Amino acid sequence: MATTNGIRIAIVGGGLAGLAAAMKIAEEGHAVDLFSVVPVKRSHSVCAQGGINGAVNTKGEGDSPWKHFDDTVYGGDFLANQPPVKAMCEMAPSIIYLFDRMGVPFSRTTEGLLDFRRFGGTLHHRAAFAGASTGQQLLYALDEQVRRHEVGGKVKKYEGWEMMSLVLDDHQVARGLVAMNLQTLELKAFPADAVIIATGGPGLIFGKSTNSMVCTGSAVSACYQQGARYANGEFIQVHPTSIPGEDKLRLMSESARGEGGRVWVPKEKGDTRPASSIPESERWYFLEEKYPAYGNLVPRDIATREIFQVCMDGYGIGGQNQVYLDLTHIPAETLDKKLGAILEIYEMFVGDDPRHVPMRIFPGVHYSMGGLWVDYNQRTNIPGLLAAGECDYSIHGANRLGANSLVSCVYGGFIAAPAAIEYAKNIERNGVDGSGIYDEEVGRQQEINDQLIRQSGTENQYKIHEEMGKWMTDNVTVVRYNDRLKETDDKLLELIDRYGHISINDSNLWATHALPHARQLFNMLQLARVITLGALNRNESRGAHYKPDFPNRDDENWMKTTIAEYSGEGPVLSYESVDVSLIEPRKRDYSKGKKQDAAKASASANASGLPPKEGAAQVPTEDSETKPRDLTGAAVWDQNKEEVRDVMHGQTETRREQDKSIEDAGGKSDKL
Amino acid sequence: MSTQEQSLTEPQVRSDAPKSVVIRIRRRDKPGAEQRWEEFEIPYRPNLNIISCLMEIRKNPVTREGKPTTPPAWDMNCLEQVCGICTMVINGRVRQSCSALVDQLDQPITLEPMTKFPNVRDLIVDRSRMFEHLRRVHAWIEIDGSYDLGPGPRMDQEDVAERYAYSRCMTCGCCLEACPQYYEDQYIGPQAIAQVRLMNMHPSGKMTRDERLEAIMGDDGITACGNAQNCVKVCPMSIPLTKAIYEENRETVVHGLFGWLKW
Ligand SMILES: Cc1cc2nc3c(=O)[nH]c(=O)nc-3n(C[C@H](O)[C@H](O)[C@H](O)COP(=O)(O)OP(=O)(O)OC[C@H]3O[C@@H](n4cnc5c(N)ncnc54)[C@H](O)[C@@H]3O)c2cc1C
Ligand code: SF4
Ligand code: SF4
Ligand code: FES
Repeated sequence: MATTNGIRIAIVGGGLAGLAAAMKIAEEGHAVDLFSVVPVKRSHSVCAQGGINGAVNTKGEGDSPWKHFDDTVYGGDFLANQPPVKAMCEMAPSIIYLFDRMGVPFSRTTEGLLDFRRFGGTLHHRAAFAGASTGQQLLYALDEQVRRHEVGGKVKKYEGWEMMSLVLDDHQVARGLVAMNLQTLELKAFPADAVIIATGGPGLIFGKSTNSMVCTGSAVSACYQQGARYANGEFIQVHPTSIPGEDKLRLMSESARGEGGRVWVPKEKGDTRPASSIPESERWYFLEEKYPAYGNLVPRDIATREIFQVCMDGYGIGGQNQVYLDLTHIPAETLDKKLGAILEIYEMFVGDDPRHVPMRIFPGVHYSMGGLWVDYNQRTNIPGLLAAGECDYSIHGANRLGANSLVSCVYGGFIAAPAAIEYAKNIERNGVDGSGIYDEEVGRQQEINDQLIRQSGTENQYKIHEEMGKWMTDNVTVVRYNDRLKETDDKLLELIDRYGHISINDSNLWATHALPHARQLFNMLQLARVITLGALNRNESRGAHYKPDFPNRDDENWMKTTIAEYSGEGPVLSYESVDVSLIEPRKRDYSKGKKQDAAKASASANASGLPPKEGAAQVPTEDSETKPRDLTGAAVWDQNKEEVRDVMHGQTETRREQDKSIEDAGGKSDKL
Repeated sequence: MSTQEQSLTEPQVRSDAPKSVVIRIRRRDKPGAEQRWEEFEIPYRPNLNIISCLMEIRKNPVTREGKPTTPPAWDMNCLEQVCGICTMVINGRVRQSCSALVDQLDQPITLEPMTKFPNVRDLIVDRSRMFEHLRRVHAWIEIDGSYDLGPGPRMDQEDVAERYAYSRCMTCGCCLEACPQYYEDQYIGPQAIAQVRLMNMHPSGKMTRDERLEAIMGDDGITACGNAQNCVKVCPMSIPLTKAIYEENRETVVHGLFGWLKW
């Protein structure tokens, strides 16, 4: 391949982040080897719908990158290092302009300018959007530019190749990678001057999630097992309303509740009657009952926890993890007018007509805030290894805001590209090419494959995957208890042990799923332990991480990044302080100051007497609090000298959760 | 999952619901190998889509006659009908298997790989030819560079809406499978032509439109379309393919004429 100076960079992953990096590197005239399990145009990024944030301020609202920065840090509950967040928000408008120039059909104003959408919980129209499929359009635009560089000879794609491991030299420096051809199962080493990992999220660890099927986190886990640090693994975002499917969870927009949808379960546990034959008096509208004022529009984190708790207590429909989201009392024409598009999605995948049959929904694992540890230039702790996109931990802290992921993926790719080039220019390459490290790593991987093919145990890998997913979903998502987290880790150890006795149930190794899945499963089990033990250790509640036994944010002890390193046995955790040099951590309170729209919601929540966030256990009337007023929380928050009331704690958390829901609320429904 | 659990999950089982799902799969071990049919039976549950059935079969691949076999192989990713990867021929109709629901299909359900692309194994086909077409027609905007050059050109929302329709193409290949003219590389096909339309409509894309027009002007180009309209009928994204073909045909004629006059 023609290169000006022989620099060759391997990029693993062709989602937004990987393609963004590929385009930048190719544009600088360097060679890119681009690896992807699926053809890059079919990457998970196509699923994103809602929008991409950037403070372009076309609506005369006085929006600015600083406000975007403040919202992001605040929404993330002050767990993100602030400098890269600021840099991202500053770059965001130019990212949107670039995509516009690349031909993304962003929706327009009457003047022909870019239109921006306002997402809940913010005053600003900040998200550019392309109809109902922003992620698809952004990905395609990058795919097209990378194809152009492919034709130009700069990019070589390896689609249908899965990265198995890094090639590290004696000094723990990344010198390339080993990938497996998913048709032939051939293992091959690809030397590279630097490797950028952009493999997306790990949703499949939870069995079913809103993620695509390639989102296993396997490549990231392989890097972790080879010495890369994994940060903030315990921060997993769960969306309250997804459509449980046999194969995956699909998002159901919050607007269904906004239009009057009611959430209920049969009063009797395990009732198997069809919904329509359960009389009104035998239905439990638990949100309306527990939160008389706010009802089904109770803010998102509470909704998630309540639904979850009801099911954990055995009240889910037929004892399952499902509750009804009922729109059948609303006239069909009204529904069609206001919710048409999302109802069609439900209809297409469930087959029921939600105008006449209550929808069945459940919270769904959606996004990982945690990921590979990177510095402000997207470099991991392994020299020569960089990371960008959902697989890195850097931007979203304890909670991601809607429409912020797409922009963070592109930003990460745009920073990783020059950083990788810079690194590649300065490394010592002599002596590496001919050395045996490549053959050695291929041999090591081949041995693992051969062993899996050889062994003939009685365990079924797909059942192990299901068990892992179930344990992780039940215990390491919405509400977390230390004893259950401990048990989950024990379970994971048992599963890892049982993994040693699986057999590949496919004697035809040509284009088989069985071996790649087995390889992914092992890596998922290892990463599941990182998530679980990170959660076990963190005795506070912050962002998506919620422990009823430690219901408050504890900045004194826990405003820290969790760092997991692989010991050969499992994760060893350490903690790193968070750079909060730009915005002083403050109490999250959307009821005052700039967030006037939020204030309204908070005020009505206030009227309902929402207690501090305590999951389902709380009794939401002011005089019947189940929990004593928490002084620790107040002590932490009095930094900004605001009056701290328990009730406000509840409010602030809820507004945050509404923020995070944005992209989904705006997503499927924006066809309306 | 026990069957008891399943019945609990699904309170709305129709009284006429079948007890099981019978699926016939046209299988092939590897390229060049003989194709054969295998039949599977799995317990019925409401809301099964084809992918869930395949996952169930994969867990414990035994045919309906009780003969252990290899697990069927297929492609899947988004499971939301937006990545295009899981396309196959289901009961004779080409479509995405993730959005094909058992409750809406006649049994036994037949699954076959698409026929217009090389068959890799079982239900997996190699559609790299479609991406090759995108390279050939220069389906991209020639930006000067990805550095910050300020906002893009202003656009009318109406044009954007038309472009948006074309830009939803997920390269699934349904249109090519259904098109009577598309066979091997006899004809570039509607998918690529629609992408030419998408690019040529863009204010910057227009500036390099000749390159794209030339790419679709050969014998295997736009004139090979027999206007059978099958493509629009099967496109899962409702892309106005025949409009694209019409518009680009016009453009190529004008371009051809103009080119000839110059010469
Ligand atoms: C339903 C849904 C809706 C969403 N909506 C929004 C939204 O509106 N706005 C927003 O900002 N965010 C949204 N998100 C989040 C956002 O879509 C993702 O975080 C983002 O797309 C991740 O992009 P990525 O580039 O990091 O990775 P991905 O797009 O996930 O791509 C990963 C790539 O890595 C490859 N890969 C993985 N493992 C390997 C391996 N071992 N070897 C080789 N290649 C590998 C894959 O093939 C793929 O190309 C949404 C998420 C979901 C699930
Ligand atoms: S209209 Fe043209 S492209 Fe479409 S199916 Fe017919 S011949 Fe094929
Ligand atoms: S035009 Fe339609 S049918 Fe053809 S590849 Fe695109 S999405 Fe599929
Ligand atoms: S899996 Fe993506 S379209 Fe079916």
